[in-house]
Amino acid sequence: MPLARWCILLLLACCPGLAAAEGMASLTGVPGDAARGRAIVVTRQRGLCLLCHSGPFPEERFQGDLAPSLAGAGSRLTEAGLRLRLVDGKRLNPATIMPSYYRTEGLVRVGPAWQGKTVLTAEEIEDVVAFLLTLRD
Amino acid sequence: MKRALLAFPLALPLALLLAGGAAAEPPQSGFALMAPETQAMQRDDTANPGMLWVQEGEALWAQSGCTGCHGDAPGSMRGAASRYPAWDATRQAPIDLAGRIEQCRVDRQGAAPLEREGEPLLALSAYVAHQSRGLPIDPPEDPRLAPARALGEALFRERRGQLDLSCAQCHDDNAGRRLGGSPIPQGHPTGYPLYRLEWQGLGSLQRRLRNCMAGVRSEPYAYGAPEYVAIEAFLMVRARGLALETPAVRP
Repeated sequence: MPLARWCILLLLACCPGLAAAEGMASLTGVPGDAARGRAIVVTRQRGLCLLCHSGPFPEERFQGDLAPSLAGAGSRLTEAGLRLRLVDGKRLNPATIMPSYYRTEGLVRVGPAWQGKTVLTAEEIEDVVAFLLTLRD
Repeated sequence: MKRALLAFPLALPLALLLAGGAAAEPPQSGFALMAPETQAMQRDDTANPGMLWVQEGEALWAQSGCTGCHGDAPGSMRGAASRYPAWDATRQAPIDLAGRIEQCRVDRQGAAPLEREGEPLLALSAYVAHQSRGLPIDPPEDPRLAPARALGEALFRERRGQLDLSCAQCHDDNAGRRLGGSPIPQGHPTGYPLYRLEWQGLGSLQRRLRNCMAGVRSEPYAYGAPEYVAIEAFLMVRARGLALETPAVRP
């Protein structure tokens, strides 16, 4: 884990352009809690993840297949890359159906209950990132 | 004979494919994605809860004096629902079937307005639409409807709400896939008003559209808003040729 972080920092230092495109630094500066992250991922009302994704959650009967499985997400992507995809994946792929979990600008007709609010808080994003990093093939 | 029977199911999708041009798949009713028990419930009029509203609508048709002008609905109203929304010359705007029924009641009969999603108007709409069950959706070739259809298509493709999703992203791009375990239908308005098990009641297309809008955490339009009529006008063109099912049953 520290090694991976050092690699990312090295990468960010070497190629700032790539860093901006492919990753994002911690929103809180505090490591997330993977157990809380897992709870968020499986909730239908809060995380919403399993509406579109499947994953290694044997207790969850109804999982979506609109998006790649979360299994192995921690092997496929870096911490910074996972965070960017959660915060605003449209910066990588404008056509993605993945909601931007930490963005309030540029949205159309947001319901009154949700206006000015992000889907998840910064702390929750960090918790989910910490959990996804534990999903290794 | 046997060969002809075998060829028919192959020839029909092929013809639709050729007629549709760029459309990758022929339109398919959400009925095809339902569990066999739910399909059986819709097929059997004695088990289909929507038929209660149809019966109520039949009674209202007689009580409200609709017969005075329109005669018996099975004759006069056959095919009507397959051609809505239509152009309303009075308002110079497209009008949906429920809107037309309400206009007829209020403007011609001087009756008190009915609530848009209330039981009496749902029942009347279900009864009238039921007269077209089995007929193909046949949107009118009316250039005055073109602006509404274009607006409807734009709204269908517009990403909206906190989740920033458009209708098209699910119902065009991902139809047939599973959203949290439930298959996503193509979103054709073949059976409205319909009985939804989730609602435990009958509801209009506008109610269903509001559900999806709330689902992506966007603010739905008010009942009767022109945006809904525009979306319906587009959806009916998109569903052209599919058979009407009113009252459909859906999960």
